[in-house]
Amino acid sequence: MVSFILKRIVSGISVLVAISFFTYCLLYFSSTNIARNILGEFASQEQVAAKEVELGLDRPLLVRFFEWAGQAVQGNFGASWFNSEPVIGAITTRLPITLTLVVVAMLCITIVATLLGMAAAIKRGWIDRLVQGAAVLGDAIPDFVLGIVLVAVFAINLHFFPATSSISPDAGMNAWVASMTLPVIALLINGVASVAQQVRSAVIKQMERDYVRTLRSRGIPEWEILFKHVLRSAAPAALTVLSLKFVGMLGGVVIIEQIFALPGMGALAVQSTSMGDIPLVMGVVLYTVVIVIIVNLLVDLINGWLNPKVRVS
Amino acid sequence: MSAADVNTPAAGPDLLTVAGLDVEYPLKGFRRKPFRALTDININIKPGETLGLVGESGSGKTTLGRAVLGLAPVTSGTITFEGNDISHASRGERRSLGKDLQVVFQDPYTSLNPSLQIGDILSEPLRVQGQEPAVARKRVKELLDQVGLPSDALNRLPREFSGGQRQRVAIARALALSPKLIVCDEPVSALDLSTQAVVLDLFLQIQRDTGVSYLFVSHDLDVVRHISHRVAVMYHGEIVEQGTSEQVTREPRHPYTQRLLLASPVPDPDRQAKRRNDRHELLEAQRKAEMSGATA
Amino acid sequence: MSMIQPDDLVGQTGTVVRSHPVKKILKNPMGLASVVVLLFMVVLAVLANVLAPFDPNFADIGKTLSPGDAVNILGTDSVGRDVWSRLVFGARTTLLSALLCAGVAIAIGLPSGLIAGYYGGKFDGVSNWLVNVLMSLPGIIVLLTVRAAVGPSVWISMVAFGILMAPGYFRLTRTAVQSVRNELYVDAARVAGLSDATILSRHIFSVVRAPIIIQTAVICGVAIAIQSGLEFLGLGDPSVATWGVMLNEGFKNIYLSPVLLVWPVLAIGLTIGALVLLGNAIRDALEDAEKIKAPKRGSNTAQAELATTRHRPERTISATVESGTEHHLVKVSHLGVGYPQADGSIKKVVDDVSFHVDRGEVLGIVGESGSGKSQTAFSILGLLPDNARIVAGSIQFDGKFTVAPTEDRVSQARLSEFRGKRISYIPQEPMSNLDPAFTIGYQLVTPMVRVLKISKAEARQRALKLLDDVGIRFPQKTFDAYPHEVSGGMAQRVLIAGAISCEPDLIIADEPTTALDVTVQADVLDLIRDLQKRLGVGVILVTHNFGVVADLCDRVAVMQNGRLVEDGDVREVLRNPKDPYTQKLLGSMLEGKEPMTMLVSAGMTAAEAAVRDDESDEKELAQ
Repeated sequence: MVSFILKRIVSGISVLVAISFFTYCLLYFSSTNIARNILGEFASQEQVAAKEVELGLDRPLLVRFFEWAGQAVQGNFGASWFNSEPVIGAITTRLPITLTLVVVAMLCITIVATLLGMAAAIKRGWIDRLVQGAAVLGDAIPDFVLGIVLVAVFAINLHFFPATSSISPDAGMNAWVASMTLPVIALLINGVASVAQQVRSAVIKQMERDYVRTLRSRGIPEWEILFKHVLRSAAPAALTVLSLKFVGMLGGVVIIEQIFALPGMGALAVQSTSMGDIPLVMGVVLYTVVIVIIVNLLVDLINGWLNPKVRVS
Repeated sequence: MSAADVNTPAAGPDLLTVAGLDVEYPLKGFRRKPFRALTDININIKPGETLGLVGESGSGKTTLGRAVLGLAPVTSGTITFEGNDISHASRGERRSLGKDLQVVFQDPYTSLNPSLQIGDILSEPLRVQGQEPAVARKRVKELLDQVGLPSDALNRLPREFSGGQRQRVAIARALALSPKLIVCDEPVSALDLSTQAVVLDLFLQIQRDTGVSYLFVSHDLDVVRHISHRVAVMYHGEIVEQGTSEQVTREPRHPYTQRLLLASPVPDPDRQAKRRNDRHELLEAQRKAEMSGATA
Repeated sequence: MSMIQPDDLVGQTGTVVRSHPVKKILKNPMGLASVVVLLFMVVLAVLANVLAPFDPNFADIGKTLSPGDAVNILGTDSVGRDVWSRLVFGARTTLLSALLCAGVAIAIGLPSGLIAGYYGGKFDGVSNWLVNVLMSLPGIIVLLTVRAAVGPSVWISMVAFGILMAPGYFRLTRTAVQSVRNELYVDAARVAGLSDATILSRHIFSVVRAPIIIQTAVICGVAIAIQSGLEFLGLGDPSVATWGVMLNEGFKNIYLSPVLLVWPVLAIGLTIGALVLLGNAIRDALEDAEKIKAPKRGSNTAQAELATTRHRPERTISATVESGTEHHLVKVSHLGVGYPQADGSIKKVVDDVSFHVDRGEVLGIVGESGSGKSQTAFSILGLLPDNARIVAGSIQFDGKFTVAPTEDRVSQARLSEFRGKRISYIPQEPMSNLDPAFTIGYQLVTPMVRVLKISKAEARQRALKLLDDVGIRFPQKTFDAYPHEVSGGMAQRVLIAGAISCEPDLIIADEPTTALDVTVQADVLDLIRDLQKRLGVGVILVTHNFGVVADLCDRVAVMQNGRLVEDGDVREVLRNPKDPYTQKLLGSMLEGKEPMTMLVSAGMTAAEAAVRDDESDEKELAQ
């Protein structure tokens, strides 16, 4: 088990290094006009050249990358080129909003989709048709389009929720809930539908397996078969979809935050990339990849715990 | 060949000779020792002869068939077919071998491509050999006739046929190029008893009509006895006993073959009770022999 | 292939039955609707120059945010551009960019998936690692970075997104190829000497073709969504009219002119929805073809028909069984089991079957596949599939009905009293009948705790003793092992231990030795015989093997196509079979036959015998 975890961590780090390097290369080619952009149109040629030296833009790619990486390993990700805000600080003030959105949405998806999917698989009938229909609908409407519709209907026409909200943590619980509700709904509808569909088919597949019949023949009660045996074997399939949903949501939340004017990571990502603020962009990319790697590691661990065969190999 | 010749296949040079064959599969993982599936296999088959290969799961009998077909890696030893060494034949050499060396697999459900029509499946080997469409079409009709399938089977898909019928399609595909040797890998194990009888009859009939040789792999001693001139018994990747069908299946010499023979139940309660007793006595005797062998 | 489609065969059996998938898609209302919507969008895109009265970027400063009129049918936006023209040109850009994205993804994913799946090895390892990297990247973040690097361009961002989507195709293709690569028909093609390229294109590509088409519909939808999303963020190319740019424009003016939002939202929603529905319709059309035989569940007409023939059960029935038969351990009377079909009829798989088993007696039920022998056994256990119906007859166990004469289902409530406790089950396939996620010990202990209401510690002691009883040499080691760590023969012993763990009166064994090697089978038969003698239980042994029957059974019943054709004392039936079917089955046995002689085709060719066999099969099926 320990070697299994170690292996995953090593492969996670290799992914992290590869992506950082690739992103850095990509951004290197875009950094030709950065100094001028920072100083403004009226700066002199000398001032621009001095700024380029200050930012290290005159040095070769590899040197710059290793310098950046060396600092990053020590926990220093530099500061924004435009407003000198430290990257770490910029991320930590915005991360809570984004993570709240994503984590709450993922939790809702997991619980609601599992219940719906199991109900659809076991009861069949109308609830099954409902889940299947909803899955198609959920797939058909992109989450940000849903977000726009929600804003237009509930916030602007009906005034149920604030349309835009610049919230702070000390604004009180009610304000938080009010401003988070619509974005979370926009994020989770699509996920609930498609994950429920996955849970449904995984449960149906497991219910048809031979050992379920044998457990019944041994006099094991139906609820125990369902929750202990079937759900456990159906979980890996659902987990895989959930982890993919999670990755997708880290992207989707960028647009959702723009729609609801939430000052989260999305806003930071848009702002830093449109300006070419390399330290900030690198910070945003790294944070995303690290979170994804951690989630994938968790999924692997849960799968290993659920399936003894994986655990052994 | 007339029916009288069936039990005495043509003498003369061997059609297939396997000498000192080892097969090893590399295992995944750093510096793992490869898995040895076959050790020092020596068999030979004459024209018109059936060699039965019997063994239990994991004995390597299927691997031996696959090695002859070029589907398993030959580590050492030689496989000679009509005087040519084919142990490491290239794809091109295999293509010309395909004319003389064919196969019928165990599972009639996965051995036919579910999305191809029977006609396409049967003409595939003909096409590879570059036959004219018209000639191929005629041959395919002959083949269907030979295995007792209606000619409207041409445009149907495998799933429209029963297991026994599919196995006959597989036999027809193997026969398409009038091969000299067919490797039959458990061709009747997936079939019901009465269908098995029909398909076994077909194998015998084809051999009488065409003089083809079979390497007939099966786990069932009764099946092997029924269809083979000679029988080789495999155990843990080795051949432990080889001889005429009569000798191996009636008076086996190797302890494993003896156990195998007595393990298969007979359809009569009293004879089966006797066989059961014989088996228990044999196991007891073998255990004693083993213990005295170990102490000596 | 054209060469073997002679004119005289076109239109015969088979070709008529299979309707083309495209027809099926168009017959499906969802499929038709999606095709219509997509065609409409394509027409807009192709004829944009004709349909649009204005250049998409032509701005009439004097006429901003105006409602629709004769000139600007959908009105104008905040800088006075014609909404209809922008919508039509937007369709072109949007559809083209979606196709570009899907094209890039296929061009990368499909060949690499084929190669990785077919050859495996290093290429497989490296590409898998790359795929894992790509799949842990959130699309939008990557596209934002790409935009920072190369500037706003619809086409470049769609190429980048296509690369991000390639893993989907890669995985799909690789999995499909891997599952097919070792199929026997690919081996047969290799033996025939087909080249790798021919095998890939002929046998393997045909397997991935359908999933690729479905995936492409989905990917196009995702591409449209992500591209519109980017442009909605204001990160697109402002000089190109797309639905995403219009969305951005509309959202900026949401208080002034909310109707500006409606058109792009509709266009995006309809197009993506149509793509998703089309994907589903294609999947349904293809799956339909695969599952012709699968019985549809819960057909209303079938249930209605059942309701008229059989009445709802009455609670009090269980006391009164056929008098004079109470002493039988199990008595099955005129049992019929059927499955409702899509057309409302019921397909009977067991028909008028009667037999009984007494305490300490072993009854063999023999038959070939499809004879209904397992269905009969499962009705006694109450473990038929949900959609099965008891269409006739009754089952009584130890003097009480488990299926009363008028019931159309096995009462789970009544049977749960017996199941596990007094009736137990030994399955056919040892490995698939143990839950791989739990230890063998757990799977032995839990039923005893639930059924016998004993403590876990006591159940554990008993389980270890049971494992010893069924001839397992190291009970403790096996107790702690997971199912995948033991051999098939050992797993079957474990299942037998489970079956006797609660001291049943009746054991139903469904082909208990079929999956085992002959020598292991002999050991397991010995074990079953010893336990049966020692515990004095009744056994129903379902098998296709007359040797197994002769070894274990006191009496035997022969089944064919759902009917019981003959039953009686085992010596009587095996030595002097009365029914022609029993005679045919015993005649097919190889034991005692002269080797190298014909078994069924005396006096005719084997091919003729085969034809006759097919015909008799079909006749039996038709009955």
